Amino acid sequence: MTDRPITAGAGRALSPGMLARFFAATEIDTRLVGMLGALAVIWIGFDILSGGIFLTPRNLWNLSVQTASIAIMSTGMVFIIVTRNIDLSVGSVLGFIGMIIGVAQAEYLPQLFGFGHSLIWVIALCIGIVVGVLIGGLHGFIIAYLGVPAFIVTLGGLLVWRGAAWWVTSGRTVAPMDQTFELLGGGADGSIGAAASWIVGIIACVAIIAAIAAGRRRRKRFQFPLRPLWAEAFLAGIASAAVLGAVWIANAYPWPVGIAKRYAEANNIPIPEGGLYIAHGIAIPVLVAIGVAIVMTFIGTRTRFGRYVFAIGGNPEAANLSGINTRWVTMKIFMLMGALCAISASISTARLNAATNAQGMLDELYVIAAAVIGGTSLGGGIGTVAGAVLGALVMQSLQSGMVLMGLDTPLQNIVVGIALVLAVWVDTVYRRRTT
Amino acid sequence: MSDTQASGQAPLVEMRDISIAFGGIHAVENVGVDLYPGEVVGLLGHNGAGKSTLIKILSGAYRRDSGTILINGEEVHIENPRDAKALGIETIYQTLALADNVDAAANLFLGRELMTPWGTLDDVAMEAATREVMGRLNPNFQRFKDPVRALSGGQRQSVAIARAIHFNARILIMDEPTAALGPQETAQVSELVLQLKKEGIGIFLISHDIHDVFDLSDRVAVMKNGQLVGTARTGDVTKDEVLGMIILGKCPPGATPGPGAMDTEGLEVEPA
Repeated sequence: MTDRPITAGAGRALSPGMLARFFAATEIDTRLVGMLGALAVIWIGFDILSGGIFLTPRNLWNLSVQTASIAIMSTGMVFIIVTRNIDLSVGSVLGFIGMIIGVAQAEYLPQLFGFGHSLIWVIALCIGIVVGVLIGGLHGFIIAYLGVPAFIVTLGGLLVWRGAAWWVTSGRTVAPMDQTFELLGGGADGSIGAAASWIVGIIACVAIIAAIAAGRRRRKRFQFPLRPLWAEAFLAGIASAAVLGAVWIANAYPWPVGIAKRYAEANNIPIPEGGLYIAHGIAIPVLVAIGVAIVMTFIGTRTRFGRYVFAIGGNPEAANLSGINTRWVTMKIFMLMGALCAISASISTARLNAATNAQGMLDELYVIAAAVIGGTSLGGGIGTVAGAVLGALVMQSLQSGMVLMGLDTPLQNIVVGIALVLAVWVDTVYRRRTT
Repeated sequence: MSDTQASGQAPLVEMRDISIAFGGIHAVENVGVDLYPGEVVGLLGHNGAGKSTLIKILSGAYRRDSGTILINGEEVHIENPRDAKALGIETIYQTLALADNVDAAANLFLGRELMTPWGTLDDVAMEAATREVMGRLNPNFQRFKDPVRALSGGQRQSVAIARAIHFNARILIMDEPTAALGPQETAQVSELVLQLKKEGIGIFLISHDIHDVFDLSDRVAVMKNGQLVGTARTGDVTKDEVLGMIILGKCPPGATPGPGAMDTEGLEVEPA
């Protein structure tokens, strides 16, 4: 291979086509664009097939809430798969932690603080996260320090924690959850409303523009090649439009008439003609998922820990020879995964308003599939958090679309399974052609 | 070098009676080598002679079973690569030990990242430093954003070399540094070795090919079957004699025999 002077990010601009130059200038990941394209095809396809009920604010809002739990865990799975490990236990861990959280807030904490105390939800959540970190730490310790393959350890975990979840209450379902805690699950109350959603959207737009500007300033300071101004403006514009569009959709989904009526009666609001319109806005679990995705992206790309995760995935021996404590990093990755399982467990118990034995069953497969569809390579070293979240959205879209169309469950599983294999095959072909 | 050795100064590195076994195989047995500041010692031997294993003990990749390592006359404990780096020992591994999926800057600073005041990775500063050091080593290098997987053999090699010399190494270990290189790049590495030598860095140059190292080295140490055949100043022996040491384990008169040397009757001397 010969050296030739090329500008930053132009490494893939081998053909001088317009499109290639466009992608080079904006430094957009073409893979991510491909995934968005696939998502668009799925959405539009289902919308046509279902007679126009897929692309409605209501369905998209529900889709966002349903995706949250899997999306949160898939961000952690990216780190795990990137370091050439696997975690088959996340569904069972979610089930176990859900039980612990449920029992804590429905049975123990009310005895201590009194029923409906405002601290209950926080303490329950903290207990869940601590338990999650401990479980993840145990898995990580056995994998990293005792040298048992992750596949085996977490396969054991799959059985152990499912059994443990049963053991907590001998199989009894725990309900109801604390009222504040329930907000984590979404629903009419668990959404932040129209005004707050717009504020969140505008803050996000400002943050996007500020980040692009800051990046440009830093490059200038070190005299690195800069993106053309039009490319920066395009990126800022498209990202802001996406954010505001999502907010608009969330706000276009009003509360169901019954709930709005009860709310109006409770608060003495006169009901106008044509019904009271109260927008859902962004659901709290979705906000949590977005927050987790941002934090995980930050950890993966801006911190030393994240750099080590990818270096270990690229070449474990090299990472070790570079003086990285690869074992401790591995253990920390699993602890992080445990904490994320706890967050997902909170969301799914809150959404169900109950902790059940079967919670999170098969979630490990959806989480791994989401990460892999999102471009995480099982060979290690490659993967992005944003990709995994998109992957989770693709999986959930497929599922939700098939439910709308009234497909039988066995057929749904067949389609999801085929989609997974297909996605990975397309990705393999793509990688072969670009690198 | 002969001058420094004569002055009785403590060697930069002294490895004494180093042994390591994997299972029942004695990969390195009672080997002792030393290295003085500004000196290049060529470590020679067949594939499997134990050269790389010996040197991996110094770089912290393996833990020795027995023996002592002295740096500047003081005994040190090297348990892992971090310990070795803290002592100023840098290694260019035969495999290069690069993380293929990240770019040159990330590899250069792997394990020693530059951070911003907020505790995040300072990628821009690391890239700037990488551009500077690569500008010296390989001025044609421009592919700072590509993962090193996409680089050519020579470019990858320069990333590995840049990593070893950027952090003010006192002791540099180069394991088959020119194995992946063409003639022009090999000449560049030779130039670099001479330059580093001038700066007072001690260099272990490991190779199975005598032609790579004989002209660059002040001394050679030859290993065979995990034992030291002997050491010799390159001025006191010929290439053929060193070849004899590598192939037969036969020590010429100009060399100092080690435990692995064949005695004059052709029988192997029992190691001490």
